[in-house]
Amino acid sequence: MSALIQLKNVKKTYKRGKESITIFDGLNLTIEQGDFVAIMGPSGSGKTTLLNLLGGTDRSDSGEINFDGERIDGYNEGQLAGWRARSVGFIFQFYNLMPVLNAAQNVELPLMLTKLSAGKRRANVETALKIVGLWDRAKHRPKELSGGQQQRVAIARAIVSDPKFLLCDEPTGDLDRNTANDILGTLQQLNQEMGKTIVMVTHDPEAARFAKRTLHLDKGVFAEVTQ
Amino acid sequence: MTDFDLVWKNLFRKPLRTILLTVSIFMAFLIFGILTSLNVALDRASESGSASNRLVVSNKINFTQSMPYAYVNRVAAIPGVTAVTYQNWFGAYYQDQRTSRFVGFAVDPETYMAIFRDEARLTDAERQAFLSERTGVIVGKSLADRYGWRVGQTIPISSNIYSQANGRRSWDMKISGIFTGAKPTDPTTAIYFHYDYMNETITFERDQVGTITVVTASPDQNDQVAKAIDANFANSPAETSTVDEKTFSRAFLKQAGDLNFIVTMVVSAAFAAILMIVSTTLVSAMRERTKEIGVMKTLGFSSPRVLRMVLGEAVLLSSLGAVLGLGTSAFILTGLSKSPVGSSFGDLSMSPVVALSGLALAVSLGLVTGAIPALSALRMSIIEALNRG
Ligand SMILES: Nc1ncnc2c1ncn2[C@@H]1O[C@H](COP(=O)(O)OP(=O)(O)O)[C@@H](O)[C@H]1O
Ligand SMILES: [Mg+2]
Repeated sequence: MSALIQLKNVKKTYKRGKESITIFDGLNLTIEQGDFVAIMGPSGSGKTTLLNLLGGTDRSDSGEINFDGERIDGYNEGQLAGWRARSVGFIFQFYNLMPVLNAAQNVELPLMLTKLSAGKRRANVETALKIVGLWDRAKHRPKELSGGQQQRVAIARAIVSDPKFLLCDEPTGDLDRNTANDILGTLQQLNQEMGKTIVMVTHDPEAARFAKRTLHLDKGVFAEVTQ
Repeated sequence: MTDFDLVWKNLFRKPLRTILLTVSIFMAFLIFGILTSLNVALDRASESGSASNRLVVSNKINFTQSMPYAYVNRVAAIPGVTAVTYQNWFGAYYQDQRTSRFVGFAVDPETYMAIFRDEARLTDAERQAFLSERTGVIVGKSLADRYGWRVGQTIPISSNIYSQANGRRSWDMKISGIFTGAKPTDPTTAIYFHYDYMNETITFERDQVGTITVVTASPDQNDQVAKAIDANFANSPAETSTVDEKTFSRAFLKQAGDLNFIVTMVVSAAFAAILMIVSTTLVSAMRERTKEIGVMKTLGFSSPRVLRMVLGEAVLLSSLGAVLGLGTSAFILTGLSKSPVGSSFGDLSMSPVVALSGLALAVSLGLVTGAIPALSALRMSIIEALNRG
């Protein structure tokens, strides 16, 4: 296995008025291609901040962030946006679908950032919705779908442009046990069958069991627990 | 799906809100379309039939007040004046006082036709007939068409000002000719008949003239001649005010003061109002969508692209209202052009200039109302947007 992501000596400080809070003071992390990592830890330990740095939606103060050989920490805002569109699929706790779009249109959204033809787009949307088992709901608006179904649409949206890397922030935090297990099973399948590298933040030890390994973050420092 | 599809779907996310906004924008553009077109038509009407070397003398108090007939010869004698003619407003109507009013003047046929040869075009035979018939009248083509008048026909013309000594309110007039204008768009909705015929039969205000038209040797003598005329009648019971013909026509057509100013005020007020309504509504509509914009940016939509979509939505909204408003006003104006009142202004239909400035106004309105939400969408950081709501 080769490293997909490498964080080297990453520092991150938030300024709130005059005081500054240091979240990471020299964080190192390597995530291999094809890994499925669960990140656990108490509230305020920096889990979301880490995901934001990994997904290029926030910037580190110093250190290196390498993705598949690219130094993304040096990218400007436009370059980061392009990199995210190409390389990362995002799955949020509250699904974050567009209420005015139906399931198929929500899934199509990331394809608007590609140069694919209309026919190819339709085919990709269909494939992605079939993978999550919701092709029969393609024309439904988010409010006509259950939470679990909405999260499946969100997963389809995350994989439709075939990124290598999926980032999930508490993807089952809003779902009941059975639905959560379904969603986690789907993520596991994406990891095992399609080779997606996944980083998932969760509070739920059951959820973490679907991952290949779990990292415990506490006050900005890792303590690894391998399964 | 294209960016436009997305913009369109967002625009109609709350249909009632969008419909109400569209209606208010529609109203503003309806006001703009109609008032601006009327103003343009008035300008054109006062320009057509005005010559740069002609002046109009009227009573200083108001152009509806008359002057003694003797003024005509005194004006003619002033240096720099090469020709004069005079006319009286008759308050003319045919059959029905409310629905068939039009412009009617009692004139001196010989001097009138000499000066207004181009503005009221007649054949030589018609000209001769008008000179020789004491009860002759020349009528504009549009009016003749409207009432089916023919040359040689005798028609009763009434006045809402004068009545005859014999008690009748209408004068029988024989149509000597039907005139056309210099350009097809010039209004031909007036009639002209003999001053003498009127003057000899009316019960009051005899030997008075309404206005005197003066031809000067050249336009650069206008000021000097106008001053000389007014000086001549200073401190007399009827002082005069002499202005160039175009200024007079404008004032005459507008009667109630400066229409330009009123139009500008009304249109500005309407736009100021919708500017406030639309921009505050769009600001709050975008605030509701903060999180969605954060998600779009997370997925990789660049900030400039998000800005374009938000601006596009505002421009689409204002264009929608504008197209409906301008279209409706064009429709109303076409109808108005065919009505008796409207046709006296000539061609009222919306000019391309008005339509294009309306569309330009729509785009500007969209850009202005979309500016605040678009800029906040541009600057919004993903983390802050996603942390909200
Ligand atoms: N935008 C921000 N501005 C200032 N402080 C922040 C911001 N985001 C997070 N923090 C602080 O950073 C710390 C870590 O936050 P976060 O990464 O959200 O933790 P977790 O997801 O593990 O609960 C917390 O103390 C939080 O208050
Ligand atoms: Mg968190």
